[in-house]
Amino acid sequence: MNGAGQSRLVVEDLRVAFDTRQGTVHAVDGVSFDVAAGRTLAIVGESGSGKTVAAMTAMGLTRGARTRIGGRVLLDGEDLLTAPAERLQELRGDAIAMVFQDPLSALHPLLRVGAQVAEAVRAHRDVSRASARARALELLEQVALPDARRRLDAYPHELSGGMRQRVTIAMALANEPQVLLADEPTTALDVTIQAQILALLRRLRDELGMAMVLITHDLGVAAETADEIAVMYAGRIVERAPAGELLTAPQHPYTWGLLRSMPRLDAPVGAELVSIPGRPPSLVHPPSGCRFHPRCPHVRNRHREVDPPLATTAAGAGHEVACLLPEAERRALWARLGAGAVR
Amino acid sequence: MTPVVEVEQIVMRYPAARGVGLRRRHLADVVAVDGVSLAVEEGESLGIVGETGSGKSTLARIMLNLLEPTSGVVRYRGEEVTHVRGAQLQALRRERQLVFQDPSGSLNPRRTVGASLSDPFAIHGLLPDRAERGRRVAELLEQVGLEPGHASRYPHELSGGMRQRVGIARAIALGPRLLIADEPVSALDVSIQAQILTLLRELRRELGLTLVLIAHDLAVVRHMCDRVAVMHAGRLVETGTVEDVYRAPRAAYTRELLAAVPRMPQSSSSSST
Repeated sequence: MNGAGQSRLVVEDLRVAFDTRQGTVHAVDGVSFDVAAGRTLAIVGESGSGKTVAAMTAMGLTRGARTRIGGRVLLDGEDLLTAPAERLQELRGDAIAMVFQDPLSALHPLLRVGAQVAEAVRAHRDVSRASARARALELLEQVALPDARRRLDAYPHELSGGMRQRVTIAMALANEPQVLLADEPTTALDVTIQAQILALLRRLRDELGMAMVLITHDLGVAAETADEIAVMYAGRIVERAPAGELLTAPQHPYTWGLLRSMPRLDAPVGAELVSIPGRPPSLVHPPSGCRFHPRCPHVRNRHREVDPPLATTAAGAGHEVACLLPEAERRALWARLGAGAVR
Repeated sequence: MTPVVEVEQIVMRYPAARGVGLRRRHLADVVAVDGVSLAVEEGESLGIVGETGSGKSTLARIMLNLLEPTSGVVRYRGEEVTHVRGAQLQALRRERQLVFQDPSGSLNPRRTVGASLSDPFAIHGLLPDRAERGRRVAELLEQVGLEPGHASRYPHELSGGMRQRVGIARAIALGPRLLIADEPVSALDVSIQAQILTLLRELRRELGLTLVLIAHDLAVVRHMCDRVAVMHAGRLVETGTVEDVYRAPRAAYTRELLAAVPRMPQSSSSSST
């Protein structure tokens, strides 16, 4: 069990830009976060907010001639961004692993799942085929794949979506990574299966003391799983706080928008949804000033020119927000808006 | 009052097989819908919820005569329409329309939005005058929150939310009385979902539509519907008003489904964690 409190993964001022024919896409633009052993950070954002690119870059999966990457990604102090490809090969699937949204495309369609899990073991451990297979069975039992012994010899297409996702999680856990990046691990699954997979991830995080980064568009999934939530918008983190604090006392107008546009089971019947007007901005030519200003109902003239940094709030305890409204006003606004959203 | 659409004892079976050629073996049939009876009343908004493979989309397609059931009866305004064909079916299409989940898959990528929206009129021989048809297309675009200028755009030039608006415009083009929306927002981002749900609610009010909403998201159905039907493994396990079913679900499966929805902490103005 790893000691808690120590940051396993530290991301500092991460920048990722892709050169395209339409111009340079600034997908991630100065993002910093850290996750300690046994803790979960949820990165919440909509399509194109940069959350997946940030995670893939940390894994070294976005390297290429047309990609420009800046900043640092420290795994136990070692910078993954400058690590040579061979070193990344060693670390990926061992110290750091990733679970993807679509388990069907993450699995080889023509190989039996037991063999795929065993391969994940043998890629990093010098063990015999037989003991790798034994370990594969152990892993599939650990992720609670029903009837695991028989399913070692199943092909991916013979399993349901939830079972396939359990297999990819088993592969990611094969070598007990210190850091697990899970990119929308339940988005393709039904709600009852989603609940099972989230419970599984929480249990494994606690058992193995992993630092987990959960990438999701769903605030409900973040609420169920994370200790801390970071909200991304247009390549930046616009708000970051302990999960309960972010969901009950958010301070960024975009976070308000996300919360108020979400239908909830505990909202009064007949309540109106409040949608965020417009749509996410272009990352080739992001808006001047505050990037959210074209969609913000509380915009002032100054906000079109001044780009707010992510700054600590008086709420303290790690609550940071990038907004130009005075904090007293933000609190007063949410007191009114939040009360309208949920009673 | 006579229901708008009524289905009785609907069964839909698909033959299943394994292997190819001489090694082909027939397996037990897949029963997608297994004896479902359900009535949709005039003007109401009915949600059908269930997980993947519960048969909810199959049932919706049977309600619209897009699929013919293995057995059972489909009635439209009291009249049996289970096996209608030809002109009678075409006339029914004007009354009942479908909004698809994936707007990019249901729009022809090589035709402009305007051309796609003109199709319903061409197919049904309505508005033969070009200028008049153009005016009606512009009107439809405005009705769904787009601009007349969008008629000359191609689907790839629009965002997912805008494409779904086009999908809705096409569905209401012929002035249907019943709209069935099959997961209309599940492919969209949260902030865009709210825009589309609000649009559907407004259109329902303005046009007095009867709405059947197929969804896996229980919160979306609660937000949009008066009544809800819960499907599981091809069967209807519970129906009732949204208020009753969500407050006091009777079927074990409904309880399981509701319990699986992620819970959010209650909002408050003061930080209390």
